[in-house]
Amino acid sequence: MPSAASQFNTDATRMVADLGHRQMVQLSLSGYQKARTGNANRFQDWESARSRAAAIKDEAILHLDRYLEQFEEKLVARGAKVFWANDAVEARAYILDLARAKQARAIVKSKTMVSEEIHLNEALEKAGFQVVESDLGEFIVQLRHEPPYHIVFPAMHLTRGQISDLFQQKLGAAPTSDPEALTMTARKALRQAYLAADMGITGANFAVAETGMISITENEGNARLTSALPKTHVVLLGIEKILPRLADLSLFLPMLATAGTGQQLTCYNSLVGGPRSLEEIDGPEEMHVVLLDNGRTRLLADAEQRDSLRCIRCGACLNVCPIFRNVGGHAYGTTYQGPIGSVITPHLRGLQSWQHLSQASSLCGACTETCPVKIDLHHHLLQNRRNGVAEKGSPFQQIGFKAFAFVVNRPRLFGFAVQAMKCFAPLQRLFDATPADPVWPWTKSRVLPSFARKSFRDLWKQRTT
Amino acid sequence: MNTRDSILARVREALRGSTGHSARHGEPQGDLSSHSIPEEELLRRSVAEADTAESEVHATDGSIGVRRVLPKVPDDFAGQVALFAERCDSLKTEFLPCADDAAVSAQLKLLSDREGWESVAFPASSEIGALLANLSIAKLEVSRSTVKTDLEKVSAGITGCDALIAQTGSVLLTAISGGGRALSVLPGHHVVIASASQLVSDLPAAFELLERKYAPNFPSFMTFITGPSRTGDIERVLVLGAHGPRKLTVVLIGGEGGGKVIGEK
Ligand code: SF4
Repeated sequence: MPSAASQFNTDATRMVADLGHRQMVQLSLSGYQKARTGNANRFQDWESARSRAAAIKDEAILHLDRYLEQFEEKLVARGAKVFWANDAVEARAYILDLARAKQARAIVKSKTMVSEEIHLNEALEKAGFQVVESDLGEFIVQLRHEPPYHIVFPAMHLTRGQISDLFQQKLGAAPTSDPEALTMTARKALRQAYLAADMGITGANFAVAETGMISITENEGNARLTSALPKTHVVLLGIEKILPRLADLSLFLPMLATAGTGQQLTCYNSLVGGPRSLEEIDGPEEMHVVLLDNGRTRLLADAEQRDSLRCIRCGACLNVCPIFRNVGGHAYGTTYQGPIGSVITPHLRGLQSWQHLSQASSLCGACTETCPVKIDLHHHLLQNRRNGVAEKGSPFQQIGFKAFAFVVNRPRLFGFAVQAMKCFAPLQRLFDATPADPVWPWTKSRVLPSFARKSFRDLWKQRTT
Repeated sequence: MNTRDSILARVREALRGSTGHSARHGEPQGDLSSHSIPEEELLRRSVAEADTAESEVHATDGSIGVRRVLPKVPDDFAGQVALFAERCDSLKTEFLPCADDAAVSAQLKLLSDREGWESVAFPASSEIGALLANLSIAKLEVSRSTVKTDLEKVSAGITGCDALIAQTGSVLLTAISGGGRALSVLPGHHVVIASASQLVSDLPAAFELLERKYAPNFPSFMTFITGPSRTGDIERVLVLGAHGPRKLTVVLIGGEGGGKVIGEK
C-alpha cells in the first residue's frame, strides 16, 4: 500500500486536473458564501460572537474533566447509560455487543462523523447487521461505497445525473434530473428503514454538561426520526463536544447554522436527555451514550494546538480553503477534510504519516478568518510542519537544512554560492521544465524565478558607498 | 483502571500542562514565536486571546451579553409578530394568525379542504380535539398505544408547543407539549397551535423559559423547529420534505398576551 503522503500526491494531482469537478465544487459553494455572509451580517456583532464562542469552548476544554463528570452524572440520573471509550476498538466493541444483546436486525443511522472516524458501519456490517445511513447525502455516498466528501455536505461532488444513475441501479428508480424527485425516492426508501429499525445511532453536535443532554443540529429530520422510533438510541460523540450550560446553545445554535450552511438556524435543533420518561408517550426505551477519546486527550495535552478542540465541525474552513476547493474532499484520505482535518489528523493518527497535509497549504489564513470559534488553523499547519521536522525530518530535510544553515552563516561563502548559481542559471535555462532539468521537481509545475541582475548585497553596498 | 477513569486521568494529566508537543520533543529548530513560551503562559494566552473581558464576564452576564451579539429583535409585541411572520415567509412556514378559537376551527377546516387531508392525529385528551370538531375526517388520538405505522399514514399531525421565537421564526416544542417525539415529525404536514402569549423574543428567552418551566425535570426530548424539513444535498438545490414534514403551519391564537395555551397541564 502506498503511504498516505504519496497517495495524497497522486489523488490531488488527478483532481486538480479535473476541471469539471473543480467547477462543480466552486458552483456548489457560491450559494453558500452569499447566504453565510448575509446571515453573519444579521448578527449585531459577529466578531464578538466569535470571541464569546471561543471563550465558552475554552472554558469547557480547560475544565473538561469536571464537565464530563457532570454530563455523565446528569444523564445517568435520567436513565441513560454512558460508556467511555479510549479508542475506536472499544467504541465499536461496545456498540456491537449492544446490537447483539438487543438482537437488532436493522440499524438506522443519522449523520455522525465520529462513526466514520471509528469505521462503525464496516464493523456492524461485517458482524451481519444491516445498517442504513439516513441523511440524504450520507445515504448517497453509502450506496456508492464512498466516504463522505465533506463533513457537512457529504455528496457535494456528485451531479444529479450521477445520483439518478445510482438510484436507478440500486433502488430501481425511474431516471430523472429533478432533485426533488430524487429526494422523494430516498425519502420513501428510508421511511421503511426507520419503521423497521430496532436501533438508531446518532451523533451529537453539543453535549450540555449542566443538564446532561445532547444537542443535534440537522435539516432533514432524519436524526429526529432516528432518535424517536427505534427502541434503542445510541449516541456517539467525542469528548470535546461539551458545553458548560444549556443557555450556551442560544449562541452556538445560530453560529453553527450560519457558519455551516448559511442558515439562521437549521430546521431542527433537538435536545435529547435520556430515554422516554414515565409521562411521555413514545421514544426509545434505552439511551446509550458513547464518549470517545481516540486521540483527543493527545490534542488536549498540546497546549499550543488544543484550541482545535473548540471545533464545532461546521465545515466553514473547508468551504473557503483554496486547497480543498481544488483537490476536493476525497484526496485527503481522512475522516475530517480541509484545514481542520490537516491540523488534527496528525494528532489522531500520527504525525509522521499525516504531516504532508500540513504542507498542502498556501498558509493564506482564510480558514482562521472564517472559523466561528477562532481556531488558529493556519498557524497550526505551520507548527505541524515544524514538529514533523523536529521529530524526524527526512534525510533530505536534515542534510539540506544543515547545509543551508552552514552556507548562510558564512557571508563570504554565501556570496560565492550566489555567484556560482548565477553562472549556473543560463545552463539550467537550456533544459528548463524538461525532465533533464536538475531542478525538475520544482519546474514541472512552477516557473523558476530568474536572478536579479544585482543582488540585494550589491544594492546595499552601492547605497552605503 | 476502567475506561472512564483512564480517560479522566489523561484529561487531567493533559490539563496540568507541560506535555505539549514542544516539551515532548525538545526545543525545535527555528522560531515559531510561541515555542519558547512556557505552556502555562500559552494556555492563559489562548484563553485571553479570545478576548479577556468577554471570557471573564460571559459566565456571569448570561443572556445580556449574548443578546448584544445575536440578531436584533423589536421590543414590542406587534414588532415581534411581524418579525416572526417575516421569518416564516423566508422559511416557507405557513403562518396563520387567528382572533379566537372559532377562527382557528374555521382555519383548520379550510386547511383540511385545501390539502385534501384524509386523517389527522393529535395528542389524546388535549384541547385540540375540540378545535377539530367540525372536521369530518378520520381522527387519531395519539397515546402510548399508537402504532407508529398508523401515525406514518396520517395526513397531518397537530400539536401544541412551548414557545414561538420571533428572532428565528422557530417553534419550540417538547415530548410533552408536542404529544411525544414522533407526532411532529412523522406525518407529512405538521400544524402547530400556539397562543399569542407564547411568543418570545429570542433564543435566550426561549432557554430561560425552558429552565423556568421544567428544570430540573426536563422532558427527555425538546426541539426547535425552524421551517419544514429540507435538504440541499443534491447539487445544493433546496428541496422541502426530506424526511420530516413537507409542510409546516403555525396557527397563532389571539392578540398580545392573549390566546389559549394548548398542551399545558
Ligand atoms: S475548524 Fe472552525 S471553521 Fe473548521 S470546521 Fe471547525 S469550527 Fe468550523
